[in-house]
Amino acid sequence: MRLLNLLKIAYKAIVLNKMRSLLTMLGIIIGVASVIAMLAIGEGSKQSIRDTISSMGSNMITIRPGADVRGGVRQDPSAMETLTLSDYEAIKNSADLLTYITPLVDGSGQVINGSNNWPSSIYGVNADYLNIKVVDLQSGSMFTDVEVKSAAKVALIGQTVADNVFPDGEDPVGKMIRFNKIPFKVIGLLEEKGENTFGQDQDDVIIAPYTTVQKRILAIDHLNQIIASAVSEEDAPEAVDQVTQIIRTQHKLTGNEDDDFTVRSMEELISTFSSTSEMLTILLVAVASISLLIGGIGIMNIMYVSVKERTKEIGLRMAVGGKGADILMQFLIEAILISITGGLLGVCLGLSSTFFIENFLQWPTSVTLYSIVISFAVCAVTGIFFGWYPAKKAAALDPITALRYE
Amino acid sequence: MTKETIKIQELRRDFTMGTETVHALKGISFSIQEGEFVTIMGSSGSGKSTLLNILGCLDQPTSGSYEIDGLKVKDLSRNELATIRNEKIGFIFQSYNLLARTSAIENVELPLLYNSKVSTEERRARAINALEMVGLGERLHHTPAQLSGGQQQRVAIARSLVNNPVMILADEATGNLDTRTSYEIMSLFQELNRQGITITFVTHEPDIATFSSRTIVLKDGHITQDYGNTDVQSAAAALAQLPKEEAL
Repeated sequence: MRLLNLLKIAYKAIVLNKMRSLLTMLGIIIGVASVIAMLAIGEGSKQSIRDTISSMGSNMITIRPGADVRGGVRQDPSAMETLTLSDYEAIKNSADLLTYITPLVDGSGQVINGSNNWPSSIYGVNADYLNIKVVDLQSGSMFTDVEVKSAAKVALIGQTVADNVFPDGEDPVGKMIRFNKIPFKVIGLLEEKGENTFGQDQDDVIIAPYTTVQKRILAIDHLNQIIASAVSEEDAPEAVDQVTQIIRTQHKLTGNEDDDFTVRSMEELISTFSSTSEMLTILLVAVASISLLIGGIGIMNIMYVSVKERTKEIGLRMAVGGKGADILMQFLIEAILISITGGLLGVCLGLSSTFFIENFLQWPTSVTLYSIVISFAVCAVTGIFFGWYPAKKAAALDPITALRYE
Repeated sequence: MTKETIKIQELRRDFTMGTETVHALKGISFSIQEGEFVTIMGSSGSGKSTLLNILGCLDQPTSGSYEIDGLKVKDLSRNELATIRNEKIGFIFQSYNLLARTSAIENVELPLLYNSKVSTEERRARAINALEMVGLGERLHHTPAQLSGGQQQRVAIARSLVNNPVMILADEATGNLDTRTSYEIMSLFQELNRQGITITFVTHEPDIATFSSRTIVLKDGHITQDYGNTDVQSAAAALAQLPKEEAL
């Protein structure tokens, strides 16, 4: 019996029992739609969690000088002078897995405003720094590349510094302060970040162009660190390798010579990030498979009833020459048709409900192609799997008994 | 020299019901020649249905031999039996057994759907032809619900003809019909038989037997009578003799 004929018969059986077929499909429709909608919500949440974790600077990469040995004694990395501006330039020009990069020089000293003073640290950086550390400005503005080039005496201060040297609560932007006797004009106030996980106050900071800090405060021409941000958390380990290679070339290190620097990424944050994503995915897949399973059982149930109800028809088909395999295929194809049609309708419903959730409930969602492909494939397989048993049952009927069945 | 369509020898069929064995057929032998119109009669419990199932290749005998159109049926597989039913036998049932909500022509096409040698166009042409033979050429697309009992049975007869069987096997084909309609159906059978189609008609109504050319009577699993009918009644004439229905 040709496949086309079987398809026709199955199609007819579905059309003749519109209501029943539709109700059967409903299980699959809801199953597939909920899988797509849930995965969309899950993917959306994942992305917003990703954004949140990213805002902690999880894609940050730090490059420090280090591990030099003099007379058998390992030296304090901060005393090293191996990291230079030309390293920074080289990384900036050839590393393509990085979005932002800044040199960093730091020093400590006393911040003075009139009779108020406060011990703090100064970081000399470029304008990318705020993006890498994901810090916003509360007021004022960041310094420009021109101010970096001209080593302008401008600075941004953190909330802790502002509270201590401007105790009257006046707006520090536009005011002059002194850091180790060098006068700086405050051009911006950083948004409050609180303490980091090590208990360090992230608001106790002054940011100035690195040229200014190098020349006017520290009088050095090497760098203490270079910090950068990778394109994404997933790319961070690869970016570390890339940066390592670039600096090795820069420092003319060959063969098995040790690195005279270290490159680190925020591994702890990255692993938090990926384990959160994994948990969410597992949860969603579990819920989704349950709904598809229920849809599949619905198909089996209806196909079983359908076989029972059409026992006499099966008997007749066998009497006029239908073989067991023909009957099996007829019911199997019917089940598959129902589940595939249901699957298609489910995809439509899933997409439209995702649209609704996004636009009316304002939840972040993101429909992925794989969720559509997977749910559709699973429902087709469900049709075969759950259609098989009733179809087998129909094929095994004895034609005499089936013909006499009332 | 006519051909033997059916040849049965020492046919037995036993059923095991728990510990008891029921002998439904206790060794019967007969042949049916091509072009015969045979009625098989018998009361319930005579083994009539069992014989019908075996003749229709729906069931296998316990012992003895059965040949249809020269083919030995014994020991064939389920699939081989299905092929024989598809190609050699036309079934007609008491309750018509048409597919509900399916047009007459699609009902008639059904046996050919299971025969991959027949193309879609040929299938349609043969179905139309068969429906014309039973006088339903105008009602190709009516569903069973839109047809009277007699018309439904005509569709079933067309379905039994469509695969050009060597024999039509009718099981109480007039059992659900009133006298007038059953005479109409019998006259159709006689007409088909005149065209050379072999018909085996299982019934328990004696007057139906008078329209056939031969009658086999079964009782308790044995053949008690097997006689040729010298005085075959014309169903068309019987129909004409029925009192005219009151015109409403």
